[in-house]
Amino acid sequence: MAEERKVCLRGSKLTKVFGLGRQKTVAVDHVDFSFYEGEIVSIVGESGSGKTTLAKMLLGLLNPTEGEVYFQGKKRDIGTHKKKKEYWKNIQAIFQDPFSSYNIFHKIDSVLLDCINMRGGRKFSHTKKVEMMTEACGFVNLKFEELTNKYPFELSGGQMQRLMIARIFLLKPKILLADEPTSMIDACSRATILDMLMQLRKEIGMTIIFITHDIGLAYYVSDSVYIMEHGKFVESGTADEVILHPQEAYTQRLINDVPKIYEEWDLSTV
Amino acid sequence: MKHIIQQVFHSGKFIVGFVILAAVLLIVIVYPLLIKDAPLAIIGQGTFFPPGTYVNAYDSLGSPKYILNLEHAAAKRIASKLSDDDRLAMQEWLVAAGIPENEIDISNTEQLLRQWENHYDPQTNIAGMTNAKRNYYIRLNASLKGLLSTEGAIIAVKNADTGALEETGDVVAQSDYVNIGQVANVRRLPLGTDNFGRDVLTELVAATRVSLQIGFVAGIVATLIGLTLGLLSGYIGGLVDDGIMFITNLFTVIPSFVLLILISFSIGQEKRGAVTVAVVIGFTSWVWTARAVRAQVISLRNRDHVNLSKLSGHSLVYIIFADILPYVASYVVMALILQISSGILAEAGLSILGLGPKTTEVPTLGLMMNWAMIYQAPVLGKWWAYLPVLVTIALITFSMNLMNTGLDQVFNPALRD
Ligand SMILES: Nc1ncnc2c1ncn2[C@@H]1O[C@H](COP(=O)(O)OP(=O)(O)OP(=O)(O)O)[C@@H](O)[C@H]1O
Ligand SMILES: [Mg+2]
Repeated sequence: MAEERKVCLRGSKLTKVFGLGRQKTVAVDHVDFSFYEGEIVSIVGESGSGKTTLAKMLLGLLNPTEGEVYFQGKKRDIGTHKKKKEYWKNIQAIFQDPFSSYNIFHKIDSVLLDCINMRGGRKFSHTKKVEMMTEACGFVNLKFEELTNKYPFELSGGQMQRLMIARIFLLKPKILLADEPTSMIDACSRATILDMLMQLRKEIGMTIIFITHDIGLAYYVSDSVYIMEHGKFVESGTADEVILHPQEAYTQRLINDVPKIYEEWDLSTV
Repeated sequence: MKHIIQQVFHSGKFIVGFVILAAVLLIVIVYPLLIKDAPLAIIGQGTFFPPGTYVNAYDSLGSPKYILNLEHAAAKRIASKLSDDDRLAMQEWLVAAGIPENEIDISNTEQLLRQWENHYDPQTNIAGMTNAKRNYYIRLNASLKGLLSTEGAIIAVKNADTGALEETGDVVAQSDYVNIGQVANVRRLPLGTDNFGRDVLTELVAATRVSLQIGFVAGIVATLIGLTLGLLSGYIGGLVDDGIMFITNLFTVIPSFVLLILISFSIGQEKRGAVTVAVVIGFTSWVWTARAVRAQVISLRNRDHVNLSKLSGHSLVYIIFADILPYVASYVVMALILQISSGILAEAGLSILGLGPKTTEVPTLGLMMNWAMIYQAPVLGKWWAYLPVLVTIALITFSMNLMNTGLDQVFNPALRD
């Protein structure tokens, strides 16, 4: 089985240091990893462990202080705007906080139109574009007719995050980085969002890098799991390996922190 | 956008400021349409005519006459010629001449004059009276002659050939009135004239207009420079940021008013038009806008909506204009308002120092202050030459600062009370 898995994203000694001198924070500290195509990879760590920083480096939004990212076997090259745009056709993200992810001055339509344009649909007729947007909204149980000409801040957190998924539906990237997509919304919407992500993955067959502080959730959705502590990967492996047989005290602690509702999973680890 | 504007107009402070400023603007625009006099035309021969309505005395002689029998006309006429000081002096003389003090009532004009007529004698020497004082009484006595007369004045014209006065037959009786509307030449000077004999109100309106223009140009120049540098330095960062911050720090270290004085001085009086002065003011006052915009942009550039915009393939220029600029726009508008009002003040400051726009073309509020100072209007008590200017400057800056506070409360909800 190992032979047929292709590495889509690889990092070597990836490091990010913020600030200088005394103020120095090593947010990500020489991490190595290989993410395989079609997998759901979870990166689990407590708050401040450097998950978002790593995600931004993978997305090319932050320059690594040290180390390299390899994309589809080759060293990633995003030196120019054109190359960046090409890269971003392949890798997209859903951010942690839906409330700050939208430009409050732009209407919802423009968020979706940007995606169509990105996929080369700039010249499509207006009807075609509306059709595509309606389909994307329909996929995440939103009604485009109700959203058109509205501003993102007129939506609820859950609706905003679903709109993010609609964006991904239009963009159909090879890799999706979902940075705690459910952390800012209520438990009820959480399940819906996760279901939609899974369904989307089934439909367009993308790799999902799922960032969370909730190890229970990671176990529930992922194929392989990376445990992050203070900017380092302290443990990694398949979900079963890591969560059912944790080697590190830190992992153990993360597992014990999971609320009681996941008790059935907890029990198996005791 | 509409929502924000609605919110802004719910702020009481903003509305008050806005109304004051709009009123000033309205006056500045409408007044020249109604009164087309050149603002710098010298109309008065002499300096500092007090505010009032000026009726042409010559024309009023020829105007139709109306007889009005008004009760206190005579008393008012006499009262206007006999000041309180004169009355006291008369009392002093009469007491010295032996009239018991309790028989003299200086508020009773008629009685006082009669007593004066009966007792005054220029020949009488009163002990301790200086020569100057005696001459004063002689002059006073002469001016009082005929004060109680009820005769009219006869109008006579000089015969061009003989030089003799010839009566025209026109007699102006004391009860004759003219209708001001029927006098051919009447000039209202609500704020009098200045030291050059120019109508202060007309000049003030023109000066306000020019000063507002200077303020706007200076504010826009300063805001544009500050905004551009702030956006570039904040968003691009790195070497660009270092370079821009170096320049900004240079400008911060040198007090902008000193810089302003130096530049204005080196440009020279000849080339210093209103626009030049405005641009110079703008050029020296962008620093704080640049700093503040930079700080805001730095905190904005790592926001997720900017990241999302990048992921959607937008270019640097698009991101700066669409994802950064709107977020700092409210701040920039506030900074612009402050820059305009400080531009107006800076012009006034420069002009008071004699470094303002050259004086032959246009008046500005600062120049009017400068003229009033040079000709010592405050010392001479000619309040109309400088007080209205001060009030105008205060009103404009006050209204703008008020608008600014109002905006601040709308944009920073934490400040709302
Ligand atoms: N732009 C920045 N400048 C300086 N320090 C930063 C910056 N961004 C993150 N950090 C620091 O890097 C560390 C890791 O932050 P990061 O946002 O990656 O954590 P996280 O794992 O995503 O946490 P959370 O679960 O709370 O989102 C933190 O200590 C944070 O203070
Ligand atoms: Mg995070």
